[in-house]
Amino acid sequence: MRRVLDAFAVLVAAVVIFPIYWMVLAAIKPAGEIQSLHQRPWTLSPSLDAFRRVLAVNDFGRYLLNSLIVALVVVVISGLIAFLAAVALTRFHFRFRTTILVVFLIAQMVPVEALTIPLFFLVRDLGALNTLGSLMLVHTAFTLPFAIWMLRGFVAAVPDELDEAAQLDGASRLTVLWRILFPLIAPGLAATSVFSFIHAWDDFLFARTFIISATDRQTLPMALLVFFKPDENDWGAIMAASTLMTVPVLIFFLLVRRRLVSGLGGAVKD
Amino acid sequence: MKQRFTPLWLLLPAAVVLGGLFLYPMYQLGLISVLDFRQAQVSGGQPTRFVGLDNYVQLFTDPQFWSVLLATVGFAAACVVATLAVGAGLAVLLTRISRVPRLLLSLAAMAAWAVPAVSGSTVWLFLFDTDLGFVNQLLGTEGFNWMYDRYSAFALVGAVVVWSSFPFVMVTLYAGIEAISRSVLEAAALDGASTWRTFWQIMVPMLRPVLAVVVIQSIIWDFKIFTQIYVMTRGGGLAGQNLTLNVYAYQQAFASSEYGLGSAIGVVMMLILLAVTVLYLRTLRRSGEPL
Repeated sequence: MRRVLDAFAVLVAAVVIFPIYWMVLAAIKPAGEIQSLHQRPWTLSPSLDAFRRVLAVNDFGRYLLNSLIVALVVVVISGLIAFLAAVALTRFHFRFRTTILVVFLIAQMVPVEALTIPLFFLVRDLGALNTLGSLMLVHTAFTLPFAIWMLRGFVAAVPDELDEAAQLDGASRLTVLWRILFPLIAPGLAATSVFSFIHAWDDFLFARTFIISATDRQTLPMALLVFFKPDENDWGAIMAASTLMTVPVLIFFLLVRRRLVSGLGGAVKD
Repeated sequence: MKQRFTPLWLLLPAAVVLGGLFLYPMYQLGLISVLDFRQAQVSGGQPTRFVGLDNYVQLFTDPQFWSVLLATVGFAAACVVATLAVGAGLAVLLTRISRVPRLLLSLAAMAAWAVPAVSGSTVWLFLFDTDLGFVNQLLGTEGFNWMYDRYSAFALVGAVVVWSSFPFVMVTLYAGIEAISRSVLEAAALDGASTWRTFWQIMVPMLRPVLAVVVIQSIIWDFKIFTQIYVMTRGGGLAGQNLTLNVYAYQQAFASSEYGLGSAIGVVMMLILLAVTVLYLRTLRRSGEPL
């Protein structure tokens, strides 16, 4: 029985990974094989033509950089703000604490997509249309509730006695915050970062809405659509661009895999 | 760290960001939805005018709105059920297999989870392409366009959604099952309980809180899917046959410059998901989770 289940699991794993395999494969196939009416699940003459087309001709390096800048800024700022809020919500007992927690929980459920229209006008009034800053701003806000919720579990796991002992030794509140709590919850921050990073990296809707005319400020998801053409899609380039977009997330994800699960467990159980 | 005002200082940055970019836009959304707000008002050519519930009346008397609403609910429901079935099934499978297949399956799932929505959409589009797609060539159905028919298009988008969201369900439930003590499961096995019975009568009740989180999260995610629909059906499909509320609101606002109408759709969506959230909070409270 176990053997049958093992074999079934491996089969499922193969099916699940297949689209990713196909994406990378199509990205390195020579143009002739992509256009073929008999697609083979392998290639004997891999080429980097599609990548060259994407990076050199269409300046994809710039969009990659734009996406990276936005995502990293969001990760850092949202992580910092969430850390402070998580400390407030776990280390202190004050009136309305539960209310504030519920508000964050509800904020996490808000369909931010529905806010596209007012946010468009807000960003326009700030004069921030066509800037990467507009994307950093909204994604910092969108990732905040979940980050706070998730970090709370990690801060709660650090025993209270630790900061009390440090305070007795004469450490100021700031010192406790930065020298003691912050390093201890670094693993939690790493897990939280993944979610914030992916959220900002994946965003298509707001990039499409805010970056209207400045093509050099585009991020990856929008830039990718350039290769869809009414007459004939350049599948090789689309797959190469998709691969470029997937690889950073994949690496990030696999690196913090274990912490991700424990972090989710914390967020779910608390 | 016992001074009175410290927690408020620590919460201040979060409050400012969320107030400015959640609360204020939510208020604005409601406001725009009761205004006559179109291209002329955007460019400042005409003043905005309060029109009360006119946008809502126009919306509710439009048969397309009801058809889109129905499609959204149906599509989200199908995605949620499929995601949960696949995720829960594979979570149970993970507990009964050897180490290497388990590692392979969780790595594959993690990889699918990590793939950005846009990349996932384009890859599946290529796999199901009319002539060059591997699937059509495999099935011998070359020339069949999956995006022409409303239901096959929805099914394909749904497949991408399930593919990218089942890992969250699987990983979360698996962690939950692992947390159930071995002895409980062993006792059940000793008493001769079948896998099926163990699942329904031991795991499901013990996993209730985790299941609630997973179900509600899935409902909320699948109800507001935008990227996959927009990219795969090119903004809503032929004659808008694959529109969901989200994409519909976006098109009304940014393609037709009907910002008032688009906001009204946004408000409807907010209210529906708010109802789901309230349900969620009640479930959490009932299961005795301390906040």
